Amino acid sequence: MNIKEMSAKEYFFLIAIITAFFLAFLYISPKIFSDYTITVLSNIYIFIILAVSYNLINGVTGQFSLEPNGFVAIGAYVTAILMLSPELKEEMYMLASPLPLIRDIFIPNPFFALIISGIVAALVALTLAFPVFRVRGDYLAIVTLGFGFIIRTFLINTPEISNGSMGLDSIPGFASYFWIGVVCLVTVILIYNIVYSKFGRAMKSVRDDEDASLAMGVNTFKIKTIAFMTSAFFEGVGGGLLASSIGSISPDQFTFMLTFQLLIIIVLGGLGSMSGAILGTILVLGGMEALRPLDDASWSIGLIHGIPGLRMVVFSILLLLLMLFARRGLLGDKEIWDYVKLKKRINNG
Amino acid sequence: MDISFILQQVINGFSLGSMYALIAIGYTLVYGVLRLINFAHGDIMMVGAFLAFIFLGILTEWKFEHITMSVFLTAVGLSIIFTSIIGVLTYVVAYKPLLDKNAPKISLLITAIGISFFLESLFNVIANQYFGGSYQSFYFPEIFSKIIKIGNVTIPVLTIIVPVLTLLLLGLVLYILYKTKIGIAIRALAFDIQTVKLMGADSNKIIAFVFALGSALAAIGGVSYAMVYPSIDPYMGMLVGLKAFAAAVVGGIGSVTGAVIGGFILGFVEVAIPGFFPELGGWKDAFAFILLIFVLLFKPTGIMGIDFERQRF
Repeated sequence: MNIKEMSAKEYFFLIAIITAFFLAFLYISPKIFSDYTITVLSNIYIFIILAVSYNLINGVTGQFSLEPNGFVAIGAYVTAILMLSPELKEEMYMLASPLPLIRDIFIPNPFFALIISGIVAALVALTLAFPVFRVRGDYLAIVTLGFGFIIRTFLINTPEISNGSMGLDSIPGFASYFWIGVVCLVTVILIYNIVYSKFGRAMKSVRDDEDASLAMGVNTFKIKTIAFMTSAFFEGVGGGLLASSIGSISPDQFTFMLTFQLLIIIVLGGLGSMSGAILGTILVLGGMEALRPLDDASWSIGLIHGIPGLRMVVFSILLLLLMLFARRGLLGDKEIWDYVKLKKRINNG
Repeated sequence: MDISFILQQVINGFSLGSMYALIAIGYTLVYGVLRLINFAHGDIMMVGAFLAFIFLGILTEWKFEHITMSVFLTAVGLSIIFTSIIGVLTYVVAYKPLLDKNAPKISLLITAIGISFFLESLFNVIANQYFGGSYQSFYFPEIFSKIIKIGNVTIPVLTIIVPVLTLLLLGLVLYILYKTKIGIAIRALAFDIQTVKLMGADSNKIIAFVFALGSALAAIGGVSYAMVYPSIDPYMGMLVGLKAFAAAVVGGIGSVTGAVIGGFILGFVEVAIPGFFPELGGWKDAFAFILLIFVLLFKPTGIMGIDFERQRF
């Protein structure tokens, strides 16, 4: 059965089954696995949210962008500011007293806080998209990369909004393992539906041939902007979850390193593939954990011994090798079930 | 506001601007030929500064004392040569295989980011392992830090040497581009790569030369940067490189003179705004990108107004 040829009823049934299984897994796993595994798993869920939404602009729409760290930072700060109570903020802002608006705004409901974080990130994306998508070329990459630095400069230089380089802490920890998993599932389902909708087809047409899709009447500027905003929205939500699960945030947490990790993830999985992004997240984050000893100076096997920073050398070589020899990643731009289907067809002759 | 203060700002702006200009030329050359934002270019600049530091260390047996002019120039010269080689290597190893395979543009950009990150983390490991930390002070002959005083204006010798050097190098690059055979080849390549190949020119050699030239300029830019701030670190190239790219776009990417003009504009903006409005000092790093966004909004072709699809250089 091909997922794209399913009737609406069958499709909902499939989604319901996946949801039920995943929820059962979320419920059972804390009882089976150690705390360490659960921490790694919830980190993986957050990165799946980020990777899948990053893939939407980079892989599906084909616009090379380096934005995640900026939007994740926005999401994290908005969630933190919304969820901290006015008294707590009054106490915490040491470098300058908070602006009245920032101090008084208080939305303790995590659901609304996350949604607002996403909307703020999406609005910022809109203002960036306007100058960038008007011109062809690779300006998106450089503007978004610069945007990360602007956000950092902003966070450090406006102590009355963000508490400067001190950052914010004691952020309510609503993002438990279970709820992170639920948000991750919802995000994946939503983005899957976008990718395989009318908009998704338009996005792919922009990637494959912008001139042809313009000629077919696709408003490429609008499509690119929508893809960028959607991507920013979910990155903002992911940032909110990250802030809550860590509990404290500061401008130095959201460096280009974060974007680089996500880039490796989606390239490894295959640009444009949803299941590839998920697979990539699991492999890269698992690999990062496994290679952790490389950064530890006291670790050694024979001649190889750990040097702080060595892990990132290994990962950048990995990215280069991937691009040079396996540019299409693990899954190409197909989904994992496309391969299953292919195998079945071969079996059936 | 007295005149000497303004003069002081102008001199500082010139000095900073010329460093951006040196790096921006490299971006613009590669962009003109390959239509590729060479993300690694900023890190090539870092490599240039680090290699100069390492050669200086070797020549002075890691004491960095009594550096004479000849020792310094030898170290910088070696650094320029090796940085050019590394620049050409990035093309041969990372970009050429993809260009040969006709890979989509996005693959090239990702590879460029990969190279950039590789150089940063590699030099981070080297610095941590052998020099005992990421940040290192940069040493140079004392004559450069001498200060000339004219009235109330204090001018470090360095802030005169760097802009003069930049203008000389700009002249050299323009001479190469417009008066030599390889320059004609580069301009032809920027115009139409396929026809150049059909004419029997070895496009690979020409592109490799472009990378070598850009990297050599970046190495000089890196050394001047290291001398002005007297320190180096493995991540210094990223922000400077991005700003220099913004400068190249402001000046009109593809145009060498445009890159230099853009570099000077950015240098003046970064010096003048904090100079006249001290409360905006912390925002210095954001100016380049705000400038970039404005240029993209109102004049995407930049000051020199080069039309991408037709004429370059």
